[in-house]
Amino acid sequence: MANYSTNEFKSGLKVMLDNEPCSILENEYVKPGKGQAFNRVKLRNLRNGRVLEKTFKSGESLEGADVMEYDMEYLYNDGEFWHFMATDGSFEQHGASEEAVGETIKWLKEQEVYVVTLFNGAVLTVAPPNFVDLEVVETDPGVKGDTANGGSKPATLSTGAVVKVPLFINIGEVLKIDTRTGDYVGRA
Amino acid sequence: MPESSDWYPTCDRAALAARSAFYRTVRSFFDQRDVLEVDTPIISRVPVSDPNIEPMQTTDHRWLNTSPEYPMKRLLCAGSGDIWQMCKVFRRGEAGQRHNPEFTMIEWYRLDWSLDRLMDEVRDLVREVFEPRWSVLPEVRISYGQALQQYVGIDVHSASDVEVADVGIQAAGHDLQLSRDGWLDIIMSHLVEPALPEQTLVFISDFPASQAALAKVSQNEAGYSVARRFELFFNGTELANGYDELTDADEQRRRFVQEANGRPIDEALLAAIEQGLPECSGVAMGADRLLMHLTGAERISDVLSFDWNKA
Repeated sequence: MANYSTNEFKSGLKVMLDNEPCSILENEYVKPGKGQAFNRVKLRNLRNGRVLEKTFKSGESLEGADVMEYDMEYLYNDGEFWHFMATDGSFEQHGASEEAVGETIKWLKEQEVYVVTLFNGAVLTVAPPNFVDLEVVETDPGVKGDTANGGSKPATLSTGAVVKVPLFINIGEVLKIDTRTGDYVGRA
Repeated sequence: MPESSDWYPTCDRAALAARSAFYRTVRSFFDQRDVLEVDTPIISRVPVSDPNIEPMQTTDHRWLNTSPEYPMKRLLCAGSGDIWQMCKVFRRGEAGQRHNPEFTMIEWYRLDWSLDRLMDEVRDLVREVFEPRWSVLPEVRISYGQALQQYVGIDVHSASDVEVADVGIQAAGHDLQLSRDGWLDIIMSHLVEPALPEQTLVFISDFPASQAALAKVSQNEAGYSVARRFELFFNGTELANGYDELTDADEQRRRFVQEANGRPIDEALLAAIEQGLPECSGVAMGADRLLMHLTGAERISDVLSFDWNKA
């Protein structure tokens, strides 16, 4: 991979820092009139999502990270890996480890399209769409007529995720869920 | 192929008007105080010696000025009396939210003035410039030592290099292998500047002697050698840098030789100082930064007609 100098650090650039692939969030040039020039850089570790702040001497460089994002459809789980297929017509398939799937396991549904990040050709992370439609497999029986009051109850979805839903929801209904917050949005 | 919107100015017309009014304020300020406006060359035979400032060179091996300091001092040596100027200066690579490699500097010199008196005048000018936005901004003056004690908890004069480096490494997030002064730059920019009181003109003076540049060095009350320099900070930016000017030609040559790093030395300036630089204090101020604060701009490009990328 190419090396990138601090003056090329832009939001979204993927670089290697301490052997970890990171995405640059912010880059601020700092130069006291009579002092040395630095770049204060905010980066996100793409493996664990943690945000780091590091300062570099201006002109220093970091190696680019071979990180690519693809839209991929979830196919199946073989007990060890979760398999995805590219939707760009290449039909390229990749298996994601439990670590790579992470929290997204709560929102994995066959034929749904996810953003799969590859690092050196292997799946690094799997990000869900903002909204997914999932079926309720378990919840207390619905209470008819109760649509106005803010009462809620837990419901287990087909993926195993448990979300808070209004009292009137029944087993078998398909719900639209916001994956960023885990909140119920409405009936799908 | 430039993009079709590439010709368009970086700032809006209100910013152009603010700059125009600002220039009038500055001119009348110095006019009322009988300071002579001068105009020195933008392009010189020799570059700046400061190792932390990278000058630009022309194809015929001349240098764009990084500040008008050297020629202005030659004018002082020739008997000009109090002088000021506002001019474009150029520093390679200094591009960012608050930096543009070409920017406008206001620089002036006062004969027989103490640094305190010059700080008074800097304050008065800044207050006058900021008058359309802030009525009378409060002012604070502290020493570099006090600032590091108060905001970082270290005694800069007695702290060892390792102690200074440890604080710097914490602030930078990793070890950048810097000199003591390099780590102090990190500490100032990462820990002190963000902690300074807002909406206040903060003058920090008496820098470590190792950061004297072209300022005199003297003993402070505690007996430590300090550079007779000040910097003005306002809402997280450095606005001005003032010196009690070094008038000793031998000491000036020694510092040039130590700093020059292969660049040619300004023998004309040294010859002038040898002949005699009057006792004086001088200050350089970033005009674009002042305008940024005055107009509430987030980026320096918001106050430039065409920034570096569109120039």
